[in-house]
Amino acid sequence: MKPGAVAIVGAAETTRLGLVPDMSQIQLHADAALNALADCGLTPKDIDGVACAAEWPTELAHYLGITPTWVDGTMVGGCSFMLHVRHAAAAIAEGLCTTVLITDGESGRSWVGSQAVGINQASLAGQFELPYGVLGAPTMFTIPVLRYMKDHGLTHEQLANVAVVQREWAGMNPRATHRDPITVQDVLDSKLIAYPFHVLECCLVTDGGGALVLTSAERAKDFPTRPVYILGTGESVETPMISQMQDFTSSRAFRVSGAKAFAEAGITHADVDHLMIYDAFAHLPIYGLEDLGFVGKGEAGAFIWERHTAPGGKLPMNTNGGGLSYMHSGMYGMYALQESVRQLRGIAPAQVAGAKTSVCHGVGGMFGASGTIIMGNALP
Amino acid sequence: MIGSPAMSINPKTLPRPTPETRHFWEGAKLGELRLQQCDACTHVYFPPRPFCPECASRQVSVVRASGRATLYSYVINHRLPKWIDAPYAIAVVQLEEGPRMMTNILGVPQTPEALVLDMPLEVVFESVSADIALPKFRPARGGAR
Repeated sequence: MKPGAVAIVGAAETTRLGLVPDMSQIQLHADAALNALADCGLTPKDIDGVACAAEWPTELAHYLGITPTWVDGTMVGGCSFMLHVRHAAAAIAEGLCTTVLITDGESGRSWVGSQAVGINQASLAGQFELPYGVLGAPTMFTIPVLRYMKDHGLTHEQLANVAVVQREWAGMNPRATHRDPITVQDVLDSKLIAYPFHVLECCLVTDGGGALVLTSAERAKDFPTRPVYILGTGESVETPMISQMQDFTSSRAFRVSGAKAFAEAGITHADVDHLMIYDAFAHLPIYGLEDLGFVGKGEAGAFIWERHTAPGGKLPMNTNGGGLSYMHSGMYGMYALQESVRQLRGIAPAQVAGAKTSVCHGVGGMFGASGTIIMGNALP
Repeated sequence: MIGSPAMSINPKTLPRPTPETRHFWEGAKLGELRLQQCDACTHVYFPPRPFCPECASRQVSVVRASGRATLYSYVINHRLPKWIDAPYAIAVVQLEEGPRMMTNILGVPQTPEALVLDMPLEVVFESVSADIALPKFRPARGGAR
């Protein structure tokens, strides 16, 4: 795909985030969609492509009154929205549709109009993982980290520090769920969830959603918003079973997706002003920094400790506070994309001065999938 | 068993064998840990499927594993489900033959001090229903298989 051929022209989250018990899941999609459409001066009738996860595109199109010529219901977990952006950019460039709406909405905390999805007992995960007492992401996504700690010398303090630094960013964001500063000791003293992970090293559980509107770069010039151009994209999947991840110290899906996005964008790591790495748990930014090539193997814990990703650092990361402190409704990828767009528009609460290029990297399942979107606010 | 987690089983978490995995569960009932090996490229693999995930050959054999393994990684779950009454480790072990599998570790306190990465382990089978015995692991006593 040609870098800069397609742009994000509309972007918004749900009017409220956190605890929204008066809205069902589909209404969270619609609320975010209407906000994103208002952001760029469009109505549902202007949309001819829809993509979403957590709801079917059929549900979304009907609910909003859209007649699409292109739909994408890719569902690979929390990074599904990165994949939607990638697929939408290709579809627009190919002429399958002109204006795509991508939505997320989850009643992750209140469980209004949403349905829990269990593990099928006849699937491989159901037969070979479920019987061993796994109980959702906190007991599975976390399993690789002790191996990483032994092989690379990552300390408990360095792991805890990921949450500490992200709380600093959240402190600058009025919409963040948690804003009070915390220390490494606070994290280590917080409730154990699944050793070595404490509650402050695990993502929030909230209600909310977000939506994006994409169109061709040519049309983007006519919109009221500052276009955010798609420069490079990548995606991959590895395994639905954490026990079968090839390398417990590195994600293959991260490496494949990240390399593809950088190659397509034709940029180097030195060109990156702003970075989002999906942080469902505190180890994810560590794996992400290494697997995307920002630091060498085993260096990410020290890199974050040395404040390179903190406010004032050379590589501002997870500047909304992340899934650990900002918000996490179950599939956080949409919120990471929203923050990249805000930074490139220059309207983020914790704005990185002069940010021109942002890398937004998502995970799906438990190291099961990955999507990477590189964006810029100028045409290459 | 001393130090074993008191893990009663929720029927909703019992494996439901499929035609492709039946040999594994039949072996487990007999006290055998069964893997598969490709006749074409010799790759040994898990979980079960009737073709080689490495070279796609359908010519594969069921082989009995030694039962020897090492502790590869784990977490100790402290957010307990209703049917389990004390924190327990969910572990991944490295089998001698190459594949890894998820399991629980028996016969040892469920603490970071007792659960040391790379410690040698051996398979034991825990009968959880009339049809299902789950492969679990305990510190090696030198006899596996």
